[in-house]
Amino acid sequence: MIEVDRLTKYYGRLAAIKDVNFRVGQGEIVGFLGPNGAGKTTTMRILTCFSPASSGGARILGMDVNTDSLKIRQKVGYLPENVPLYDWMRVRAYLEFVARAKRIPSGQRVQELERVAACVGLDEVMGKIIRILSKGYRQRVGLAQALLGDPPILILDEPTIGLDPKQIREIRNLIKGFARNRTVILSTHILPEASQVCDRVIIINRGTIVAEDTPTNLTRSYGKSTRCRLVMRAPEGEVTALFSGLRDVISVTLAGDSVNGETSVIVEASPETDIRPALARAVLDRNWDLLELRPLHVSLEDVFIDLVTEEIEESSLTEDVEKREVAS
Amino acid sequence: MRGWYAVFRKEAANFFVAPIAYAVIAIFLLISGFFFWANVSLMSLISLQAANNPMISARINITDIVIRPLIQNMSIVLLFLMPLITMRLFSEEKKSGSIELLLTYPITDAGVLIGKFLAAQLVLLAMLAGTLTFPLFLVFLDDPDLGTLASGYLGLLLMGGAFMAMGIFLSSLTENQVVAAAVSFGAALMFWVMSWSSSFSGEWLGAILRQLSILEHLDSFHKGVLSLVDISFFALFTAFFLFLTLRSVETYRWRG
Repeated sequence: MIEVDRLTKYYGRLAAIKDVNFRVGQGEIVGFLGPNGAGKTTTMRILTCFSPASSGGARILGMDVNTDSLKIRQKVGYLPENVPLYDWMRVRAYLEFVARAKRIPSGQRVQELERVAACVGLDEVMGKIIRILSKGYRQRVGLAQALLGDPPILILDEPTIGLDPKQIREIRNLIKGFARNRTVILSTHILPEASQVCDRVIIINRGTIVAEDTPTNLTRSYGKSTRCRLVMRAPEGEVTALFSGLRDVISVTLAGDSVNGETSVIVEASPETDIRPALARAVLDRNWDLLELRPLHVSLEDVFIDLVTEEIEESSLTEDVEKREVAS
Repeated sequence: MRGWYAVFRKEAANFFVAPIAYAVIAIFLLISGFFFWANVSLMSLISLQAANNPMISARINITDIVIRPLIQNMSIVLLFLMPLITMRLFSEEKKSGSIELLLTYPITDAGVLIGKFLAAQLVLLAMLAGTLTFPLFLVFLDDPDLGTLASGYLGLLLMGGAFMAMGIFLSSLTENQVVAAAVSFGAALMFWVMSWSSSFSGEWLGAILRQLSILEHLDSFHKGVLSLVDISFFALFTAFFLFLTLRSVETYRWRG
């Protein structure tokens, strides 16, 4: 449905994105993750035909973004970051303008407006001036304009930014709800959002894609370690020494002070090993009471931070080497 | 030009929802009304003074004393007011970021531009329509030259359109409305007075400056003459700046 092939965009001499490749299938919700300035918005602007690419290409529903721009714009609903609306307009008038701009026939316009308003919960504020709406409602108006004309593809740039937790949950549920029959690309740097909403995640950093998979697979394959929490009745000093000596254990950290002789520790082990049986055996061999043993899952946030930090470390290492080469 | 009507409706609504159009129209009518009153008063004074001299009174006519100066004065007032109408057309959209959304709707860039230009033209038409009461008043009193009146109004319309096209282009270059208005006014004034320096600019440069001057091309309309050269000048002037605006929007997309 969306095919991006070696997409590159330069601003002057600076490459905002470079050789970006990815595919998005029908009905998928794909999360675009990356720190600020990673190239998420640039990629979205190219896909929505707002800005042309410097090189490479993108095809949406088989159409080229450069040559079939108007046809693609008819099929894509876009919500830019910060939801730029016309503050002086009333919600209904604004949506009527968008419906007209999207060439929805006049006979279907009222019906379409009502459908979209009901879908995002705007019925109560249709007569209000946009300027006086809360941030949550502004976001809904932004989503409504994107949904007008029932586009099969939605591109949402940070749809929950600046909202309070309740509004974030509402908008997330809305996206999950209306995404059933649509392909959605959404950018975010709120990682739990990506885990909860997206079928697949693309992590972009410094203009290149550094990882692409389902949130579960990403945490499984990119997690640098597995972690377990243990609670047992045992002397604090001996626990650390015992676990540190086990094979595949990377580190042992005390999780707070010992209370009533109960010691809690977090054990970090290599990702390919299930360390739990070895830990249980070690505790029982010492005749300590094992009160709790549970794995701590690696979050998408951990993976994201690892990938982004790795990239920065790698690039600074390369820069150092280059500098040294130049100096010598 | 696809999608221009949606943009036209939105922009026209913006002009008349916000007080911009009302303020500009009111000021234009007030000042034009003042000039009309002054010209009619002058006409009445001259008529009284010439009442005993049939030679002079035969040469007095309402077209020369009231209509022609009125149209000339209105064109100067338009020079001041046109930037106020065009200043926000692109700069406001760029500042708020709404241009990003607008340019992702299935509307061509030309559609966006023409929609905005025609909405501004609507305000100009409303301004000029408001002043039609003055000549109507004269028609009841005397026998003004309707040809001169019509060509004068056509000149105002063409000149207003030309200034608007230039103002829209300058608005597309900045996010700041005040900058857009100030530069538009300065540029319009430059085109207005350009011919003043033609007498001491040498032969060929002087000829070029005269050809580029708005004032030179407006003169025939004030005299009641419809010259193809002058009509073409305003049409080309307008088309040139609209074309530049399209290129400016395209550049904005590349930088976007």
